[in-house]
Amino acid sequence: MVNLEGKYVAIIGDRDGIPGPAIEECLKHTGAIIGFSTTECFV
Amino acid sequence: MDMENQTRVLELAEKYGKDNVVVILGGAEAEASGLAAETVTTGDPTFAGPLTGVQLELPVYHIFELKDIIPEDVWDEQISMMEMVLDVDAIVKEVATYRERIGG
Repeated sequence: MVNLEGKYVAIIGDRDGIPGPAIEECLKHTGAIIGFSTTECFV
Repeated sequence: MDMENQTRVLELAEKYGKDNVVVILGGAEAEASGLAAETVTTGDPTFAGPLTGVQLELPVYHIFELKDIIPEDVWDEQISMMEMVLDVDAIVKEVATYRERIGG
């Protein structure tokens, strides 16, 4: 199991997949520190 | 991965150390997710961005691989819809390929 406690996470979301804010919400309870969060658009 | 995000990943790794940074992807398909994973492990395969030739070897996961550590209600609200429509197995397999290349 992945342990994100105390890790700085770089979130690269995707507008057509899982956007950054949704991933941020998921990681709130994991102890991860959000380094940055973004949502890419490939269109 | 676009140039700006490559720069931000590089800065994060330089500031906090490679051992303290994890990259989480939300890509919609396997190829793009694989390219992003490759970029933060062995360097930008398109030779266009600041991570060209830079082997950060960061641990990288797609959010689909983290289901076990995310509360079920949050997962249902944020992820489950896309989990039903995207090719989860292909995406996870592709991202894992690059992670395994760096021994992760």
